[in-house]
Amino acid sequence: MRKKILDLLEQNGKLTAREIAVMLALPVDQVAKEIAAMEQEKVILRYHTLINWEKAGDEEVAALIDVKVTPQRDVGFDEIAGRIYRYPEVKSVFLMSGSYDLSVLVQGSSLKEVATFVSQKLATLEHVQSTVTHFILKRYKQDGVIFEDQEADRRQVVQP
Amino acid sequence: MTITYGFEAGRFINPAVKDLPPSGIRRFFDLVASTKGVISLGVGEPDFVTPWHIRDACVQSLERGYTMYTSNYGTPELRRAIAAYLEERFGLSYNPATQIMVTIGASEAVDLALRTIINPGDEVLIPEPCYVSYRPIAQLAGGVPVTVPTTLDDAFALTAARLEKYITPRTKVLVLCFPNNPTGAVLQDAEMQAIAGLVRKYNLLVVSDEIYAELRYDGQPRSFASLPGMQERTILVSGFSKAFAMTGWRVGYVAAHPDFLAAMVKIHQYTILCAPVMGQMAALEALHHGRQDIERMVAEYDRRRRLVVSRLREMGLECFEPRGAFYVFPSIEATGLTAAAFAEELLQEERVAVVPGPAFGDAGEGFIRCSYAASLAELTEAMNRMERFVARRLTCKHRALAHG
Repeated sequence: MRKKILDLLEQNGKLTAREIAVMLALPVDQVAKEIAAMEQEKVILRYHTLINWEKAGDEEVAALIDVKVTPQRDVGFDEIAGRIYRYPEVKSVFLMSGSYDLSVLVQGSSLKEVATFVSQKLATLEHVQSTVTHFILKRYKQDGVIFEDQEADRRQVVQP
Repeated sequence: MTITYGFEAGRFINPAVKDLPPSGIRRFFDLVASTKGVISLGVGEPDFVTPWHIRDACVQSLERGYTMYTSNYGTPELRRAIAAYLEERFGLSYNPATQIMVTIGASEAVDLALRTIINPGDEVLIPEPCYVSYRPIAQLAGGVPVTVPTTLDDAFALTAARLEKYITPRTKVLVLCFPNNPTGAVLQDAEMQAIAGLVRKYNLLVVSDEIYAELRYDGQPRSFASLPGMQERTILVSGFSKAFAMTGWRVGYVAAHPDFLAAMVKIHQYTILCAPVMGQMAALEALHHGRQDIERMVAEYDRRRRLVVSRLREMGLECFEPRGAFYVFPSIEATGLTAAAFAEELLQEERVAVVPGPAFGDAGEGFIRCSYAASLAELTEAMNRMERFVARRLTCKHRALAHG
């Protein structure tokens, strides 16, 4: 049941417990209780809104940075990851397999701001060996949503 | 075009065609198309676009030069895949070489089936409400359509008891379409078995349009052909349009006794030649790798179905819970309006399009068809608008009653 509720909420955080209950044929109070429990347990972390900032006329600069680090005895990558993700400029951090270790998404209001953050804060951290910065030029699809979807509803308005 | 004085094209038209009534929703369609800001629940096809991997398979086939005719029956690979699918899904065993043919949508398959088996004057049993094309196709083939009404009291299922009343010595074929458009009704096993009993008793054939077979919300899909003794008497018609969201591709198929199929392929080869190869390539991909797509779409339809039924009931409309397809068929009797008036006034006042029930036969009077092949956001907004409309009509009616 949790999986079904989460699938719906992941698509649309505005759904009420009542709507979810109707769609899944479950009692309302049970759905409400599950949602509250999942919020409590931090299964649900936040109700998120996906925004096309470019369209909102408030464009931010973002970069994906490949970071190579030296893992530390006992704590591996976790400690250095923690030192990186605590910066508010950092929006996400993933540990990666392959030719580098951490993938860091940094957001700022200008190219210079992001570049400065990388060169002064990120690259200078102890255990960081190297960084490669890739600026994001255009967002086509994010979190499963295509930004400028060409697939409009092309059906005839009434059909038997 | 310059038309010579005195030339009357109409006089040349075959009366059988001339006398066919035009589609009942044509005028309503124009009205909807000319209204701005409409949310349409009047669409009889999925709101999903064909899954990308299926479209991509077609693109790749074009790149490899698949642009030619295929066998009249369809490509051997696709027929084999259809046979494997029917076996796996319904436990039906057909020889792909002699018992399966790919058609231009299920519509062509229905036409071929009826043209192949109807002699002039043969009676064709058609349970209504139903999809709009069975009656005209039967008529064009020289048959006499005999309507068997299904009712809300029977959950819009066809019952053997009712069916038997309409059987005469001239009855030759029964057309079945369950899960049903427009009602969403399905036939339970016991009902199907009782109908099969009549088919044997009166030596009938069945054309079973199972285009909505995959869209079921109460358990496994069932084929009428899988009932004991029914495979040889059933011309099974299906296709890819609804289950795989592939309406525009026009790919359907028919599975039948080899003699029926051999007869049908004669008409098909002279009139159609073959289904387009592009659609056949896409359909093959759908059968090979599309199971997950069906599951995803059915889960989504199911959630919308529950939402819409619940909203309609809250408005005060009596609404039978559909078990298949993607339509609900609520009664609008409480509003005191005819189905046509309801649809027209709802469109004008709240800009929501639904299809009046009588478009699907006389038994549809007092009902409207709402398709839930629309996004959740659209459905919610459409239900909000409809709720306002129905509330106004109910108050009107109560006032009138109080004064009367």
